[in-house]
Amino acid sequence: MAGISQVTGRAVALERRDVDTDQIIPAAWLKRVERTGFAPGLFGAWRENPDFVLNRPGADQAKVLVAGTNFGCGSSREHAVWALQDFGFQAVVSARFADIFRGNCISSGLVPVEIDEKIVSMLFDALRDDPDATVVVDVAGRTIGIPSADISEPFALADYAQWRLLEGLDDVALTLRHEDAITAFEAGRPAWLPAVTPNAPAPA
Amino acid sequence: MKVTGRLFDKVWDRHLVASPPGEPPLVYIDLHLVHEVTSPQAFEGLELAGRKVRRPDLTVATMDHDVPTIGADLPIADPLAAAQIARLRENCAAHGIELHGLGSINQGIVHVIGPQLGLTQPGMTVVCGDSHTSTHGAFGALAFGIGTTEVEHVLATQTLRQVKPAAMAVTVDGELPPGCTAKDLVLGIIRALGTGGGVGSVIEYRGAAIRALSMEGRMTVCNMSIEGGARAGMIAPDDATFAFLEGRRHSPKGAAWERALDDWRSLVTDEGAEFDHEIVIDASTLKPAVTWGTNPAQSVSIDDLVPDPDSFDTDAQRQSAERALTYMGLTAGTPIRDIPVDTVFIGSCTNGRLADLRAAADVVKGKKVSPKVRAIIVPGSARVKADAEAEGLDKFFTDAGFEWRTAGCSMCLGMNGDILSPGERSASTSNRNFEGRQGPGGRTHLVSPAVAAATAVAGHFATPGEV
Repeated sequence: MAGISQVTGRAVALERRDVDTDQIIPAAWLKRVERTGFAPGLFGAWRENPDFVLNRPGADQAKVLVAGTNFGCGSSREHAVWALQDFGFQAVVSARFADIFRGNCISSGLVPVEIDEKIVSMLFDALRDDPDATVVVDVAGRTIGIPSADISEPFALADYAQWRLLEGLDDVALTLRHEDAITAFEAGRPAWLPAVTPNAPAPA
Repeated sequence: MKVTGRLFDKVWDRHLVASPPGEPPLVYIDLHLVHEVTSPQAFEGLELAGRKVRRPDLTVATMDHDVPTIGADLPIADPLAAAQIARLRENCAAHGIELHGLGSINQGIVHVIGPQLGLTQPGMTVVCGDSHTSTHGAFGALAFGIGTTEVEHVLATQTLRQVKPAAMAVTVDGELPPGCTAKDLVLGIIRALGTGGGVGSVIEYRGAAIRALSMEGRMTVCNMSIEGGARAGMIAPDDATFAFLEGRRHSPKGAAWERALDDWRSLVTDEGAEFDHEIVIDASTLKPAVTWGTNPAQSVSIDDLVPDPDSFDTDAQRQSAERALTYMGLTAGTPIRDIPVDTVFIGSCTNGRLADLRAAADVVKGKKVSPKVRAIIVPGSARVKADAEAEGLDKFFTDAGFEWRTAGCSMCLGMNGDILSPGERSASTSNRNFEGRQGPGGRTHLVSPAVAAATAVAGHFATPGEV
């Protein structure tokens, strides 16, 4: 996974709240066993409407999605993040993200920009005035702005999440630095806890 | 404020592997449940990195999301689903993971089989690449859904990095009125909480009405925690929990059972412990619930009318309600009972257990499904199906005109071809009424099994007493 320090580009304003991951990527797409190829399914049902924001000129060049509050609620499907990325989005902005969706963003390198609802409204206003405006998300500085509209605001992002995004780090490798602690912990687990008899792995 | 001594803290603390400075704590995972849809990319990532499954003995797989519920003994017709299921078989074989596949008596919806096999026990941490993993919290476990990258992380390390969530109490006092079920209770809780009210929190459900629930009812409540945005839902274990677990395949036996019981009895929130947030609900005020909108917080009682969007407090809620009514093809002011339905679906990880099927069977016994309604029952697991058949429940259903299917997620999310047609309206015992959830253009109303069964007979929303 490549690190990401800044996202600069067009934005799409999706002025809806409670956008669930079933809308972001409908279930029919979850039969794929790859992490790529989801762009045609992104907001699949809503895109059937020719007026939907993703069908407007220039939307295919967008890098930032600005959405109403409680974005990414519902199903845990990480396919939602992959679909947004596959379409070209590198950052998503909302007043609140669902917990699993936010975790999936960090895992896959999509920047979750969580900011006050008032600032989301400011961004919506600015993008209504100028849909071509360039939005800048600075991961290192934790700011989001629309320079042409004189907007620049800080956003919250935990240090560890920021580090992972900036460096594009493999979380498993980071955790395996603590392998001794995991092994020691395992030695102390109560004996009554359930364990299944593992099948012998198939020969390689 | 006292920040420890809650059930959640006790389970959390005993799973802390490491708390490195500047990093989220590392939490040990006691049970990792795996299914076909959210795991293939995780196994691929694991293999590309040359890693192995650390604890295949703590990993259990089944197939549920896109399995057919008719002709399950035949080759799977959908080539993509067939390939995904084949991939799960290959991955489980390659990594030595126990798989409860089609044809096994232990196959079924992942959140039904965990408790059924005794794999879910008090005080454990349970994860799965599925948001309804919160179901297992009914046993006093800390159980939550994760994304596919996290599935890979658990496969490789048997741990997760987690910032400790906040603790919320949902206290339900009083007694549920007759005819009011766990489903009606949790829909009432979500209505009070809102779809995002639980974000960042683990909920502990407590109070007299929670204690009075069966284990199946508690699973229904915890299952839908995610619909209020919560990370997880938990209920302190008690004698009902222990009675449910005793004698199950993976429950402790003999002296180990006694030691486990001693430990499990300590898994309660201490007197005086405080929560970061609390909401209190009086169970006696609840009635059978029906959702009218496109998220699970948008519900009313069956005695109510479809709400007027202008009756909501904020612009955002009004817009959301207007949009929902347009999608649902409903007019404000219509009595809920006057809404006709085309399809009734009884099943899912929310309401696909034996107790749910019994509740539905009690209603339809000796009656007929309305000729205008397609009615489908999908047991939550192969074992639930077999047990229901042993009691003769299937006969009540098929005599009434229900389709009696084999186990899977089915029409809850419509991945396997069990879907609504555009514009078709369902009464469904599942957990999500999102736009298109049960098929593109489909209109879903969430209800309890008893209301679903009565609705199938009446052809419009109804309670058991009316049919």
